Amino acid sequence: MSEITITIDDRQISAREGDILLWAALDNGVYIPHLCAHREEEHPSASCRLCFVEMQGRPMPVPACTVKVADGMVVSTRSERVDALVAAGFELIMSNHRLDCKNCAANGSCELQRIAKERKLRLKPKNLPALERDLPVDSSAAGILYDPGKCVLCGHCVLACRSSGRGILGFTRRGYERIVTTFGDAPLGESGCDSCGACAGACPVGAFSTRKAR
Amino acid sequence: MGNNNTAVVSAAFEQLKAAAQQKWEQLHSKPLILVGAATCGRAAGALSLLEEVKTELQKLQLDATVLEVGCMGHCYAEPVMVIYNEGFPTICYGYVKEGVGARIVRDYLTEGDPGIEFALAAIEPNDFFPTFQDFPRGVYENKIVMEQCGFIDPRDIDHYLATGGYSALVKALETTPEEIIETVKASGLRGRGGAGFPTGVKWETCRNSAGDQKYVICNADEGDPGAFMDRTILESNPHLLIEGLAIAARAAGAEKGYVYIRAEYPLAVERVALAVQTAKEKGLLGKSILGSDFNFDIELFQGSGAFVCGEETALIASMEGQPGIPRHRPPFPAISGLWGKPTVINNVKSLSYVPYIINRGAEWFRSNGTEKSPGTAIFALAGKVVNTGLAEVPMSTTLRELIFDVGSGIANGKNFKAVQIGGPSGGCLPEEALDTPIDFDSLTKAGAMMGSGGMVVLDENDCMVEIARFFLDFTQKESCGKCTFCRLGTKHMLDILERITKGRGKPEDIDMLMELASKVREGSLCNLGKTAPNPVLSTLKYFREEYEAHINEGRCPSLMCKDLIAYYILPDKCERSCDACVGSCPVEAIYDNEDRIKVINQEKCVKCDSCMVACPPQYKAVIKVSPPYKVAEMEQERGKK
Ligand SMILES: Cc1cc2nc3c(=O)[nH]c(=O)nc-3n(C[C@H](O)[C@H](O)[C@H](O)COP(=O)(O)O)c2cc1C
Ligand code: SF4
Ligand code: SF4
Ligand code: SF4
Ligand code: SF4
Ligand code: FES
Ligand code: FES
Repeated sequence: MSEITITIDDRQISAREGDILLWAALDNGVYIPHLCAHREEEHPSASCRLCFVEMQGRPMPVPACTVKVADGMVVSTRSERVDALVAAGFELIMSNHRLDCKNCAANGSCELQRIAKERKLRLKPKNLPALERDLPVDSSAAGILYDPGKCVLCGHCVLACRSSGRGILGFTRRGYERIVTTFGDAPLGESGCDSCGACAGACPVGAFSTRKAR
Repeated sequence: MGNNNTAVVSAAFEQLKAAAQQKWEQLHSKPLILVGAATCGRAAGALSLLEEVKTELQKLQLDATVLEVGCMGHCYAEPVMVIYNEGFPTICYGYVKEGVGARIVRDYLTEGDPGIEFALAAIEPNDFFPTFQDFPRGVYENKIVMEQCGFIDPRDIDHYLATGGYSALVKALETTPEEIIETVKASGLRGRGGAGFPTGVKWETCRNSAGDQKYVICNADEGDPGAFMDRTILESNPHLLIEGLAIAARAAGAEKGYVYIRAEYPLAVERVALAVQTAKEKGLLGKSILGSDFNFDIELFQGSGAFVCGEETALIASMEGQPGIPRHRPPFPAISGLWGKPTVINNVKSLSYVPYIINRGAEWFRSNGTEKSPGTAIFALAGKVVNTGLAEVPMSTTLRELIFDVGSGIANGKNFKAVQIGGPSGGCLPEEALDTPIDFDSLTKAGAMMGSGGMVVLDENDCMVEIARFFLDFTQKESCGKCTFCRLGTKHMLDILERITKGRGKPEDIDMLMELASKVREGSLCNLGKTAPNPVLSTLKYFREEYEAHINEGRCPSLMCKDLIAYYILPDKCERSCDACVGSCPVEAIYDNEDRIKVINQEKCVKCDSCMVACPPQYKAVIKVSPPYKVAEMEQERGKK
């Protein structure tokens, strides 16, 4: 693959043709909010809708995780439209998130906190009411805690669990009810989970976390 | 393909066609009775009509053929029956209720009395009776894909062959794929599945994509509630889309095709499966079609029903055995589709135009409709319109013509309020937009969309906030939940709309709705989310004052939102002794006052509407009032008198 040059926010960046724009930016120190993109996946999930950027020649903002870079590409990570869209998407996600940073395992390393800081957004939604779903925390596994109320449906745990060879986790249900769970909604402790911790390592927020063995 | 076997192909075809024509002529050598028995006809009693007619013929020892056919589109008049009687005009009958069918058959076939009082219209021009073309509807209607629907037996391939079927496939075998693509491109045919993408361009992209293995898929998922155009074609003329799909395959370079039909269409599944099987038996599908070097096979795939599975990438995922959830495009299916292979996906209607375009030419197709949207549009007219059912009209027909001439206007003498076009993600257009011509671009510009052709006519009694809530409720429930904006944005929007229809709206809600709607539209991954806000945006654009009445005054101007109305009996109008309302009330909320005038106990009333229906039309004493507190005022007013 050939070396090419692209421009992000007026900065020249060299990348390899066909690289994904999101990673090219991040690897060169340009931050773009993102939750669902995964380096090893060939096809982007493009579901969190936070990585929007402006691209020259494109009428509307595009998710950076869906773009393969080409020579001479001109990108800006910020614009009024992008900022408004990202702010709206982030507020939607946070309106459906059990916010409790003080007691959260991810506090300090949380991707949501990072996005809020980078883009100067509030963690607690200003305009939208909280959508409560009353999903119980699963503490049935020896070394893993799962709080679906914090899950942002990025899918990293599903991929990590699969790569670990266990493949216990998956998405089920549609629409607003969509959720990450085990086969047949069995509690983790009864699903074959041996607390390997792959999910917790992959989770960008505090939905999956490890806990000290009892 | 080598021109050397065009002779083989046409010889094989001529043989099939000659046999079919002979059968067709024989069929018409004695009286022929057609009963429209697609799903719509069956719901209206077509199957018992069929039995009744057969029994009558047997009783009278009459030699006539009775056939179960598909739907002509006059669903409002079902059950529908057509009689061919040598020496008499061919007549189409409507509203053929129990007993009537037998009577028409008896009178017409034994005494030559065609039973004009039951006739809808004659099929061909004659001296006695008007044809469909003589009615306003006929002036606008211009049937292409529905031309044969209701006139041939969908289970008999010979009927299709005898009336010109599969001759376009023969033509396609005799030319090159490139020429087919050129013709379809020149015709300007745009996809009827909703997005209006040029069909020829899609085929060309697939043809030019790398790889030997390619697929064509007919999208017959038709998930829009109230839409049944595709079902009608599948049930009434399945060979038309099979021929269209075969031509698409030849053009795109595919040897394998699928028809993705929703499992909720059992009759369509049955008829398409039979059609595929008989086409194979005749050598019109399968290996070396009609002796040519073209191989093409079709398999049915039954979709399990989720609305979003009609979206092409979700449809492919579901065919691959994965959850039916959309994927990011590009790549488009024409480049990487089923199993990663180049795949053409076309709607039933799009494919059904193709045989006609190949036979009659691109120029002919362009002589209908507009420059950018040639051809016809098929709508399922529903709601408060007199003639519900299917109508095929040229693009460029205005909404007014479609509703008031083809549909014969608003039912029950009410006033038109709006028309909701394009399925659940379509928009609501008001009176002032009625002169909008029907075409892809004009409808989008007006704030609605062509969609798949659902059209719901709304009258003065329909609350536009409730209508917006109703449609958004559908799309919100059908969201796959993958992406943030659609999953959560539509949920918040629905919550707000529910609040407003319950009288708990806040002044800032309108701005919030607008903001959410525009972000869901811009930010969603697939077109379900991108279009879901349309009903909300269009009603906010054209009927904002109704939202404001709900929010600011707690009033539903159309008296539809239950929480914002109360039932009230007008003392001056109540006849006192009829008591009809009292008996109809399920919760005993109606009592006599000292003058025996009926009064509703508002605490008890559950707003079921029964008393309003029960009160005889000469009194019309029960009314709805909004906001509900008005009742107290009215009662007080009366107390003073
Ligand atoms: C939510 C959703 C549902 C859809 N449902 C259907 C459907 O039932 N039938 C259909 O033909 N197209 C449907 N489509 C459009 C398809 O994605 C695709 O554009 C179409 O089948 C292409 O065919 P055409 O080019 O002939 O229109 C749907 C799209 C969306 C976003
Ligand atoms: S996941 Fe992140 S934002 Fe959520 S509570 Fe934990 S630390 Fe806070
Ligand atoms: S649990 Fe964590 S990793 Fe898994 S989908 Fe939810 S947020 Fe993503
Ligand atoms: S827009 Fe809706 S239906 Fe489409 S991918 Fe997103 S969540 Fe799923
Ligand atoms: S609306 Fe129904 S519940 Fe109310 S008074 Fe009339 S009949 Fe009774
Ligand atoms: S990272 Fe691009 S959409 Fe989620
Ligand atoms: S008589 Fe009074 S409502 Fe019917």
